[in-house]
Amino acid sequence: MTELSNAAKPDGNALVDIYRRMLRIERNEDAVLAAIRRGRLTMPYYSARGQEVIPATISHFLNDEDQICTIYRGIQDMVAKGMPLKPLWAEIAGRVDGTCKGKGGAMHLTHPETGVMVTTGIVGSSMPIANGLGWAAQLDGSKRVVIAYFGDGASNIGAFHESLNMASLWKLPVIFVCANNRFGEHTRYEDATSVDQISKRAIGYGMPGFTVDGNDAADMYAHASAAIERARAGEGPTLLECMTFRFRGHVLGDDDKYMTKEEKDAAMAADPLPALRAQLIADGHASEDELVAMQSEIEKEVETAREFGLASEEPSLDELRRDVFAEEIPA
Amino acid sequence: MSEMVKMHAIQAINAALHEAMESDDKVLVLGEDVADKEGGGIVGITAGLSTKFGTDRVKSTPITEQAIIGAAIGAAMAGYKPVAEIMMMNFTTVAMDMIVNHAAKLRFMSGGQTSVPLVIRTMTGAGWQTAGQHSDFLEGWFAHVAGIKVVCPAFPADYKGLMLAAIEDPDPVIFIEGGGTFFVPHEVAADQGPIAIGKAKVLQEGSDVTIVTWSSQSVRAMAAAPAIAEAGISAEIIDLRTISPWDKETVLASVEKTGRLIVAHEASRNFGPGGEIAATISEELFGKLKAPVRRLGGATCAVPFAKNLETAFIVQPADIVEAAKAIMA
Repeated sequence: MTELSNAAKPDGNALVDIYRRMLRIERNEDAVLAAIRRGRLTMPYYSARGQEVIPATISHFLNDEDQICTIYRGIQDMVAKGMPLKPLWAEIAGRVDGTCKGKGGAMHLTHPETGVMVTTGIVGSSMPIANGLGWAAQLDGSKRVVIAYFGDGASNIGAFHESLNMASLWKLPVIFVCANNRFGEHTRYEDATSVDQISKRAIGYGMPGFTVDGNDAADMYAHASAAIERARAGEGPTLLECMTFRFRGHVLGDDDKYMTKEEKDAAMAADPLPALRAQLIADGHASEDELVAMQSEIEKEVETAREFGLASEEPSLDELRRDVFAEEIPA
Repeated sequence: MSEMVKMHAIQAINAALHEAMESDDKVLVLGEDVADKEGGGIVGITAGLSTKFGTDRVKSTPITEQAIIGAAIGAAMAGYKPVAEIMMMNFTTVAMDMIVNHAAKLRFMSGGQTSVPLVIRTMTGAGWQTAGQHSDFLEGWFAHVAGIKVVCPAFPADYKGLMLAAIEDPDPVIFIEGGGTFFVPHEVAADQGPIAIGKAKVLQEGSDVTIVTWSSQSVRAMAAAPAIAEAGISAEIIDLRTISPWDKETVLASVEKTGRLIVAHEASRNFGPGGEIAATISEELFGKLKAPVRRLGGATCAVPFAKNLETAFIVQPADIVEAAKAIMA
C-alpha cells in the first residue's frame, strides 16, 4: 500500500463513527438478503459485503452538501452517506414512498437531499457526471466535493480515462474511489487489466494516485482525508484504489466458481467488520455494551424501514407519464 | 413591427447564445474548440462568447465526447444550463451512454428529484463530401428515446427562437444544425424571442398535398415549391421544426384537408422518422386519405463520398416534385 507523508490518524471517535456506518450497511444488507430469500423483495441484488470500510471512511469526511455518484453495487455508498433507510426500502420494493417513487429501484437510487445524485447501472458512468457536479461546485465557488465510486472493472472503460483526463485538466474537486474487489463480473483482475495496480493509471493523467488497504480504517482514513482536503482546497482530483473483496459474488445467487475456495475463505476470515469491532474494544474506544446497544439501535431502524417500505403502496400507473419530462405527458 | 436584420443560421445561433449568456449567468457553453482561442467553433457559431463571458463559462474541451456530455449533465443537475457542442452528429455515437442512459432518463429514474436541463448542439448533413462518418441525420434515434427533445430548425429566425427556448427548457434538448441550411440569409426580427418547442410552421399553404419536412430538407422542399406549383399542384409545406415531440395537430389538420401526405427527410428512409409520421397518419386518418402516404429519405447506405453518389443519396428538390406528381396521379 502507498505511504502518505503526514498521514492523518483516526481518533477513537472517528473509528466508532466509521464502525457505526459499516454496521448500518451490514445490518441493512442482512435484512435485504432475508427479504429476498423470503420473496418480499424481487430485484437482482449486487452485494458489497466485505467492502464496507471504503464508503464508511470516505463518508466520515463528507457533509450533506457533498455529493456522490455511485453504481449498481452502491447501496453501501448511500447508506454510509446518510440516505434515510425508509425511502431506501420503499424504493427497492418498488413502492411509491421510495426515493424515486419506485421508478428507479435498487440500481438507480437517488436522494439529492443527502447528496446521492446519480446511481448508474452502466459500468464507468458515475465518473463523467461526477466531473460535471464538480465543475458546478467550482463555478459556484463552493468547497463541496464529489465522490465518484466505481469498481476495478470500470478502470478499463473509456469513461474512466476521459474523466480522469478532464478532471485533472480542470482541477475538479472530484475524488475517484475505486473499490478493487479483484473481480470484474466473473473475470479476475489480472485477466482484464493491463497494470498490476490501478493507482498507477493516475500518473498518466497527472493526478495523485494511491493504492490503499480498503479493509483498513486507518489506511483509508489517511488517504480519504488527504484526497478530500486536496479537493476542497481547489488543488484537484485524486484516484484512490481501495483493495478489498466482495464476499457474495457479482450478483446474489452467483456460485463463485471463478474464485478458489481458499482465497474466498481467506478473505472472509479477514472480514473487516468484526476486525474493527474487536479493535474498538481492545483499544478502549467502545465497550462491548455500547456496541451491543449500537447494533440493537441500528437493527430497530432497519426493521422499521423494512416494514415501512414493504407496507408502502405501489406507484400509480400515471407514473408512466410523469417525470419523463418536467411537464406530465397527457393521458 | 420590429426592425428586421438579414442573417444566416450561424449568426442566428450565435446571437441566441450571446443573448442567453448575457441574461442568465447560469448558461454555460462547452465543447471542442468553442472558445475564441480555438477559433470560436469550427464554423464560428460560438465566436465571441469566451471573449465576452470568459473561459470559465465558455470552455474548450478535450476531444472526449463522453466527458463533455457527462460534464454537462452534472452541471445541469447542479442548477446550470449548459449548451454542449458535439461537433458533428456522428460523434454523438461515442457519447450515447451519457445521452441516452443518463441525460434522457435521470429525471424519470429519480422520480423527478433530479433534472438535466441541457442543450446538445450538433451539426450534420450531406452535401459537403464529408462521407460516411460526418454527415448522418440521427434525429430518429434520439426521438425514439423518452425523455429527450429533438429540435431541427431550417431557417435563421427558427434557429434563434428555438435555441432560446431550448436553453430555457427544463429537459435535455438535442439541437440539430443542418449543414444544408447554413448559408442562406433570411430576415430575422432584431428582437426575435423564444419559439415554442413542438410547434411546426406552415411554410406554404396548399390544398392538394401536404409535404412534411425539416432541417436541410425544408430548404430543398421550398426549392421544389415553384416546380410543384407549375405542375398545377397546390402543396402545403410544413416545416416540422421539432421531431420530438412532433406537432401532430398541425400535420393531422393539414392532411385532413389535403388527403395526401409526403414526408421527406435527409436521414435514411428505412426506419426513419417518416415511418412514425406515416403510421400516425394511417391510424388517425385512414378513411380520409386519397392516396397512400409517400416517404422520401436518404438511400440505404452510408453517406457516400463521390459527388455524384452523394447527390443521389440526398432527396433532391426534383425528387420531391416527382413524388408530388406521382401522389396526384
